[in-house]
Order: sequence, then structure tokens, then C-alpha cells
Amino acid sequence: MLGGKPLQISARLLGTTTVFDITGDIDLAHSPEVRKALLSEIKDKKTPKVVMNMSKVRYIDSSGVASLVEGLKASRDAGTRFMLVGLSPAAREVLQLSRLLKIFETFDTEEAALAG
Amino acid sequence: MGPDLLLKVELPSDPSMLCVVRGAMERLTETFGFSAPEVRSVTRAVDEALTNIMRHSYGGAVDRRIEVSCSRVSKKERVQGGQGFEVRLVDYGPKIDKAKLRGRKLEEIKPGGLGLHFIRQSMDVVEFKRARGTNVLRLVKYLQAEKLEGT
Repeated sequence: MLGGKPLQISARLLGTTTVFDITGDIDLAHSPEVRKALLSEIKDKKTPKVVMNMSKVRYIDSSGVASLVEGLKASRDAGTRFMLVGLSPAAREVLQLSRLLKIFETFDTEEAALAG
Repeated sequence: MGPDLLLKVELPSDPSMLCVVRGAMERLTETFGFSAPEVRSVTRAVDEALTNIMRHSYGGAVDRRIEVSCSRVSKKERVQGGQGFEVRLVDYGPKIDKAKLRGRKLEEIKPGGLGLHFIRQSMDVVEFKRARGTNVLRLVKYLQAEKLEGT
């Protein structure tokens, strides 16, 4: 690894909800890790509710968006509720540019997502 | 070094270098005078262009050469809008099929195919050419004040 800060993904189980706390940039170097964690939780563990806490994600590129879309599609197939929390301006912009913002359930705070 | 050249770097096609380039682009475009959203636009376009080179031109090989140069485009050279920030990205991969440079329809909800769309949305000029065995992508973003002056 030459220059990149490692992406940190940690998972918390709150009842039947798994909350992923993501720290770092989701780009070509790191989006496979996000994809793997998401699909494992949704497809393999069939967790009813998955929340992606992205409040510490400063940047997400098209490969990161693709991973989120894969997660969303898998969640629809599995009957899992998939939510995004704390989108940064950069993350919100790329979802708007790709016209995908409206297809995700987004919340400003984790509390709002858990109550939703 | 020409008077308008701001930065020239050569990097390997390793995805772990993307954050290094993004950091440089953020600082450089801030210094150039872009607003925060414009800084994010230019940074995003360069990151996506590099990602495309790494994935498609070099097929995931991490040790190939990419050149990135950033220049101030003077008003004399550009009649469209005035002073702008130009980025040239050069790779030594095979010739790109221009028919594949379209991206996907945004109506489709599926992963992939968004990078080129982000680049086009983020920059004022996007030009691709094949020159001397290299792929050259030229991106330009004009300063907002200059755009308003030119309209």
C-alpha cells in the first residue's frame, strides 16, 4: 500500500439491526471491502435491517456508489431494510449526480434511522 | 517548466495512489480560486479519470505509468470563458474504443458505468485523443467569475 489510509469498517449489532461504521474514503482501492461486508451481512446473515453510518466518509467514488447499489439490490432480494446515515456533501453530490439519492433511504442521524 | 504549468506528476497505476492525487487536487484547486463545490468537482473528475485508466486502460495492473499535469489556461488561449484549470492525464495503454466512452443510462439502477458521467458533469471541457501511442484526456474547469464575465 503506497499512499492510502486504510478504510475502517466496524460493525455493531443493535437488536436485529447491524450498523456499519465506515471511516475513510470509499474509492477504487477500498470499495471491494465495503461490497464484501455489505453482501455478507445481507446475503449470508440475512440481517433484517442494515445501517451504513457514513458520517466519517469524506469521499466516495463511482466504484463506491456501485457497491452501495449492489447492497441495495441484494437487500431488496433478501427483504432487508438498507439505510444510509450521515452523508457528507461529497457523498450526497455523487448520489445526486447519478440520480440515485432518491432510491436510497437516507437519514441525517443514526438515531433517526433506528427509529425509522 | 512553462509559466502556466502548476503541477506535473507521474504515478503508478496503483489505486492506493488515488487519495494522494485527490489531496493534491484539493489543495491546488483551492489555491487556484475555486469554491468548495468546484474543488470537489475537479477532484472527483480527476479521481474518476484515474480510476478509468487503472481499470480499463491498464486492466488492473498496478505498476504502469500515468502522467498528470495541471496548468492555468490563459484567457488569450481560450475564448469560451476565460481563465481555467486544465488537467491532462496520459496513459500508455491500448487505444480506447470511443464507442465505449458513453457511460450508461442514468435511468438504469445498476452498479457501474457512472465514472464518465461524473467526469462530464464535473468539468466544462472533456476531450479525449490518441497521440504518439498514448491516451490523452484533457479536462478543463473554468473559474465561475470568469464564466460570468464571458457570458
